[in-house]
Amino acid sequence: MKTFRIGGVHPAENKLSAGSPIREAALPKQAIFSMFQHIGAPAKPVVKKGDVVKVGTLLGEAGGFVSAPIYSSVSGKVSKVDVALDASDTRRMAVYVDVEGDEWEESIDRTPDLVRLEDRPDLDAQTIVEKIKQAGIVGMGGATFPCHVKLCPPPGQKAECVIINAVECEPYLTSDHSLMLEKADEILVGVSLIMKAVNVDRAYIGIENNKPDAIKLMQEKAKAYPQIEIVPLKVQYPQGGEKQLIDAVIGRQVPAPPAIPISVGAVVQNVGTAFAIYEAVMKNKPLISRIITVTGKSVKNPSNLLARLGTPFSQLIDECGGLPADTGKIIGGGPMMGKALISLDIPMTKGSSGLLVMNEKEARRTAPEACIRCAKCVSVCPMGLEPYLLAKISSQYMWEEAEKEDIVSCIECGSCAFTCPSHRPLLDNIRLGKSTVMGIIRERAAKK
Amino acid sequence: MSNRLIVSLSPHVHSGDSIQKNMYGVCLALVPALVASLYFFGLGAAVVLLTSIVSCVLFEWAIAKFILRRERTTIMDGSAILTGILLGFNMPSNLPVWIIIIGALVAIGVGKMTFGGLGQNPFNPALVGRVFLLISFPAQMTTWPVSGSVEYLDAQTGATPLALMKWAIQSGDVSVLKDLPSSVDMLVGVHGGSLGEVSAILLLIGCLFMIVRKIITWHIPVSILGTVALLSGILHMANPVYADPISVLCSGGLMLGACFMATDYVTSPMVPKGQIIYGVAIGALTVVIRNWGAYPEGMSFAILIMNAFTPLINTYCKPRRFGEVIRKEAKK
Repeated sequence: MKTFRIGGVHPAENKLSAGSPIREAALPKQAIFSMFQHIGAPAKPVVKKGDVVKVGTLLGEAGGFVSAPIYSSVSGKVSKVDVALDASDTRRMAVYVDVEGDEWEESIDRTPDLVRLEDRPDLDAQTIVEKIKQAGIVGMGGATFPCHVKLCPPPGQKAECVIINAVECEPYLTSDHSLMLEKADEILVGVSLIMKAVNVDRAYIGIENNKPDAIKLMQEKAKAYPQIEIVPLKVQYPQGGEKQLIDAVIGRQVPAPPAIPISVGAVVQNVGTAFAIYEAVMKNKPLISRIITVTGKSVKNPSNLLARLGTPFSQLIDECGGLPADTGKIIGGGPMMGKALISLDIPMTKGSSGLLVMNEKEARRTAPEACIRCAKCVSVCPMGLEPYLLAKISSQYMWEEAEKEDIVSCIECGSCAFTCPSHRPLLDNIRLGKSTVMGIIRERAAKK
Repeated sequence: MSNRLIVSLSPHVHSGDSIQKNMYGVCLALVPALVASLYFFGLGAAVVLLTSIVSCVLFEWAIAKFILRRERTTIMDGSAILTGILLGFNMPSNLPVWIIIIGALVAIGVGKMTFGGLGQNPFNPALVGRVFLLISFPAQMTTWPVSGSVEYLDAQTGATPLALMKWAIQSGDVSVLKDLPSSVDMLVGVHGGSLGEVSAILLLIGCLFMIVRKIITWHIPVSILGTVALLSGILHMANPVYADPISVLCSGGLMLGACFMATDYVTSPMVPKGQIIYGVAIGALTVVIRNWGAYPEGMSFAILIMNAFTPLINTYCKPRRFGEVIRKEAKK
């Protein structure tokens, strides 16, 4: 069974919501659309207070090439354009819409019929990329990198294959899993569209073997697509990391930055992104909703919800049985890389793959003890770094040494801190070092 | 409610591993050899081990509390108990109690707490204690009871396999080696020596347990044992006054050192490549000291010498970075 070659851990999977069917969440009373739902330049609001919008109406246009437009997921009236707390725990520009009814833009095809690639011979690579760009699609795995940028390889570099990330290596999360079980046909058309967009004739869908039902179904459906291969992978975190996935599926390792996946001929997209691409290109539907896993050991009904973007997290938790009394921490995303939220009023965004409720006991960290130099952090680091050393030199502000020790290669997967028998906050210190060193590198480049 | 949420950076889950789990795991791995030592050396083994463990823990507690004035002592983390067991394993079973206590004081006081306690010591504390005693009390530390002599102070002593090997080399007389116990006795532990080091097979089982439980990796024990087997095999073939590899591997503190002393987390290198360099060097140094040095046993010295090189090895041995192979290919 394939997997990546360096390091890795195996956290308790806790896929509580696995197998529970996708349920449509109710419309919110008020939806809040952050203009910062992606990496890159923020979107610029194009509506003002009092404007009437429908589902699919443009709210914010892309702020540059590396950016994405934002569409309304509800119909109603814009009540204000103001700052709002978002999933990064900061207050940033957002559009507030008071919901009235559920009226959709005429251009969106809401029929459930499958549209195959053969039905649309008019589509060429450029049209597909343009559609994706217009629909505001970003990486749905949580990285939220604007999708069209990845589909436009820099000059001189050519894609050789498309790799679809259906690994879902984060514990608890099952949104990609449920999507594959229910939308396999649409996903495969989406993958074909990506292949056409980057002009390659080979695609791999990497799925960890803790989802045997999804592997079986996808293999069955993929028989009609000889160019698409389903690759079962051994369960290992962080296999959903882009570099780890490429290593696992095609056995190539992307060198350190500035190299990117396309440097080894790979274009990686999340399985949720493939589905969004299908809807954007074939159904003319911009990115206005996604699957989110609402879960936790104390949550009454851990579920996979199809929810409109902008819905406040508090409402999603209510749909799954309400907030447990012993709640200690709420995490946007999975437990390994997700972000602890400071409020439940935060609205869901394009990158919200999960909402994890932890009880008071799980939420607290154990007090750190002295490093016993057991080297477990070194052996689990998927990037071949020495976390104990990076954490130490970062805590001593030794930035030059940190740069020499390749601190910028860290993918912040958290395997080191997860493993540390002394419960040391390794990644906290490494993050400090990494962001400082990246700042120093940028400054140096600016001076040149 | 929402003003009482806990916020911290990811990761939000932990493997559940802890210092205690690792330290007590090593202790557990030592249990078979411990039982064997009680069987072979009876009362003597019990007295020595108990004294060693209790005094190590007491000294750690006293130093942390009264000299370092720490609010929280670390005696429950299992590391002092482990040092106590290993120190006891390295002593003859007829050693007087007062010498054992001095050994424990040096091991914990000088070897560990002077540097700041667990995680900070450059040398293996148990070995610091043992070597101090070996140099200070050479007579008591090198008269070993024979296997099966279960009394304490007046146990019957005799020549160890290591002494015979040394004698064979010094006299050039191969027939001395005829008095060596059979390979089976060597493996099981029916021969003289320090109380915990005699049963090679049980120590190996403990080592295997630690590797399976992922407490240690194979690199250090395999590289030490492999190097010693290879070098002593070559020597034995070149000149039969050098003992055969199996007797060499099972004699003295070699198995205990390779499996439990050299693999000490704090004092061994961090990266597999470095661990192999460290292991090969320990193996080679041991063979050199045993055959051509002043002492019949070289394991403790070899480990301590390589402990000193560990920071240097850590500086120069880096793990293979992700993508490095391709980076090198691209340069060509």
